Amino acid sequence: MNTFIIALVSGIVFGVGLALSQMTNPSKVLNFLDIAGNWDPSLMLVMVGALTVTILSFTQILKRPMPLFDKQFYLSSKSAIDKPLIIGASIFGMGWGISGYCPGPAVAGLGLGNSEAIVMIFGIYMGFIAHRLLDQ
Amino acid sequence: MENFTPYSALAGGVLIGLAATLLLLFNGRIAGISGMMSGLINATRAELFWRCAFLIGIVIGAFLFNQIKPDFYHPREHFPLWLLAIGGFLVGFGTRMGNGCTSGHAVCGIARFSVRSIVATLTFMGNGFLTVYIIRHVLGVSV
Repeated sequence: MNTFIIALVSGIVFGVGLALSQMTNPSKVLNFLDIAGNWDPSLMLVMVGALTVTILSFTQILKRPMPLFDKQFYLSSKSAIDKPLIIGASIFGMGWGISGYCPGPAVAGLGLGNSEAIVMIFGIYMGFIAHRLLDQ
Repeated sequence: MENFTPYSALAGGVLIGLAATLLLLFNGRIAGISGMMSGLINATRAELFWRCAFLIGIVIGAFLFNQIKPDFYHPREHFPLWLLAIGGFLVGFGTRMGNGCTSGHAVCGIARFSVRSIVATLTFMGNGFLTVYIIRHVLGVSV
């Protein structure tokens, strides 16, 4: 129950952060990705703000033997810079550049009554399923 | 540069960082949204609950903020839905193949100094820049 409440509260803070920073406006995201055009560097500052906090906090948190409400940290053990990583990240970047949405803002769009979010999330799940089928 | 919003961008980023901090400190989990979303398909019950809670939290957070400050959200009009679906498909497929997105790799992975996440972030951002460049400046399509 405790972990459920933490997840809900973290999600709410995350959602407010996305809406405040305007990551939820796909046009703003695309203007950030458009260096050769009328570049809007705002989203660079979203990353600066987020990373300033996480770099400081993660370093301290991961010195602990375990998190407060669980017995272990659930971290990826993968470290290889392999083909799936590069090709996958490239495909994701293309989809991001076409749509203006990465997964978080697509979910947040549901809270804004954004009908684009429904189509985007549908597409994302089709992509998940296609990857699962190909990966078997 | 007329649409540059440095303060709200920075403040929003700090909140995103705080959310990731809470989730790691208390639950030991990485705030990776694509992983949470795909994890809804075949998760165990316990895994399903916290992922749903976080994702519903995002919806609630965005909803509440928009009630208080409606001028931060500008709906996009006339964007072709078929193109959006293709974009979504690529985002879904790519984030599974590359094990993460903007939140998991960029916000959380880089904070752990994971070389894998740094490479992934540079790759998807580079491809995002390239894709928009091709669409807007080579093909000359303004969407």
